[in-house]
Amino acid sequence: MALTLDDVKRVAHLARIAVDEAEAQAVLDQLNGVFLLIAEMRAVDTRGVEPMSHALDVTQRLRADAVTEPDQHDLFQAVAPHVEDALYLVPKVIE
Amino acid sequence: MKWETVIGIETHAQLSTKSKIFSGAATAFGAAPNTQACAVDIALPGVLPVANREAVAKAVRFGLAVGASINRRSIFARKNYFYPDLPKGYQISQYETPIVQGGALAIFVDGAEKIVRLTRAHLEEDAGKSLHEGFHDFTGIDLNRAGTPLLEIVSEPDLRSAQEAVAYARGLHALVRWIDICDGNMQEGSFRCDANVSVRPAGSDTLGTRSEIKNLNSFRFLERAIEFEVRRQIEIIEDGGTIVQETRLYDAGRDETRSMRTKEDAHDYRYFPDPDLLPLSVEQAWVEEIRSAMPELPQAKRSAFVALGLSPYQAGVLTASRELAEYSAAAFAGAAAPAELANWITGALSARLNDEGLDITASRITPAQLRALAARISDGTLSGKMAREVFDAVWAGEGDPDAIIAKRGLKQISDSSELEKICDEVIAGNARQVEDYRSGKDKAFNSLVGQVMKATRGKANPQQVSEILKRRLAG
Repeated sequence: MALTLDDVKRVAHLARIAVDEAEAQAVLDQLNGVFLLIAEMRAVDTRGVEPMSHALDVTQRLRADAVTEPDQHDLFQAVAPHVEDALYLVPKVIE
Repeated sequence: MKWETVIGIETHAQLSTKSKIFSGAATAFGAAPNTQACAVDIALPGVLPVANREAVAKAVRFGLAVGASINRRSIFARKNYFYPDLPKGYQISQYETPIVQGGALAIFVDGAEKIVRLTRAHLEEDAGKSLHEGFHDFTGIDLNRAGTPLLEIVSEPDLRSAQEAVAYARGLHALVRWIDICDGNMQEGSFRCDANVSVRPAGSDTLGTRSEIKNLNSFRFLERAIEFEVRRQIEIIEDGGTIVQETRLYDAGRDETRSMRTKEDAHDYRYFPDPDLLPLSVEQAWVEEIRSAMPELPQAKRSAFVALGLSPYQAGVLTASRELAEYSAAAFAGAAAPAELANWITGALSARLNDEGLDITASRITPAQLRALAARISDGTLSGKMAREVFDAVWAGEGDPDAIIAKRGLKQISDSSELEKICDEVIAGNARQVEDYRSGKDKAFNSLVGQVMKATRGKANPQQVSEILKRRLAG
């Protein structure tokens, strides 16, 4: 499967990454290289091998339902660009 | 043309845990902004999520309650989109392998049972809240809600009317409260519904293009939004137009749905397994442990009530909440006529609770007191009218029904020889009415019954009085 330049631009847009034409072309070549590698791996016979959804073959550790985190909003908001009434302010978004 | 409505519902039920699904921050409603948003919730670099065992247990509890299969292994996935109240730029959800798959919910519409199939239920985290009012050119972000555990419950498109959709939503709402996984508070957003609505020519088996109505936080809005949307879609199609698949918002003020301004790629969420979270494993032993701690479910309670002689309708009303069902079951224990008692619960008691804005758990008449009251009606001690008086007195805190009956001398005269004596006296003292009755004037008879009731100060059983009078006057 080969990607097109439009695919690259679309994915970049979805990820909110600005790429110009030259960069898009370079990224296209790199990504197609990755897909070639994937194609090579797909050629391996994996019949009878259970698919993994994670690189580590262990399962999720669960925590007890307890409140352990104190209120630190003053500390967190010290690095926020704009705060008012303890709210983070962002440029107006309306759906 | 006749049209058929097809509806599927997605419900977000907030799981009632103390802490968030992937962090140890509190989930209490109404806290000051951002005081319950920790480093994980606001997505500071380097933090890692750790799943909350109780949230997983509650999802399993739901799965067991609807007869679904619980996936021994499920996967958390990232749902990617950009919005300021979603700090990570993705929501942790479940996509290909949710924790709960399948299952069904029985609903009742116009007395008939209908089975609504469920597609799945999966765990995910809630986003924060955007406050658009009050800031010039800015939006305020409160991340207290970010990371609150949600169970998204998805139904199959099995619902055929707004009424069925409401019955389903109510049934689901009652169930999540019953099994104690969600507080069901709709004002606070703990239980929110999205409705997928489409129409198709009656008899067709292909689905029409649907629109999704978002964030319906009351049953009334759900019903009205669907009714509006169905009318809108039929009008468009009948005018030769086509329905566009889109997300719409219900505007309660105008009682209409309107299109949300959406970007064409808004639905391309590029899900992939979250590398920060390992597969979620739910061992069979744990499932069995959760199963053994489950309360008796509404369906079972309903059947038990019907077996006691209640109508399916009565049984449905009394199992609307676990509290009401428990009250009813306590009242029925040892009762001679549970169906009659059920009428008192759905009638006088519910009306009184409603008038005073009280919950069944705050009832001023206990199940045992109500059972005693009903027993005194069944055994003929009390007339219906007297029973209301006793009910009021118990409610006012005057004691148990039997004590009130004794104190107020409310015993209905059921001794027939005593009643017959009074009837004879009335017949003797009302010669004209007796004559009128014998000459065919039925009204005169009612007047005689009235005289007997007056003479007994309302303590006679009117039916018994009329029987005696008829017998005496026939002779």
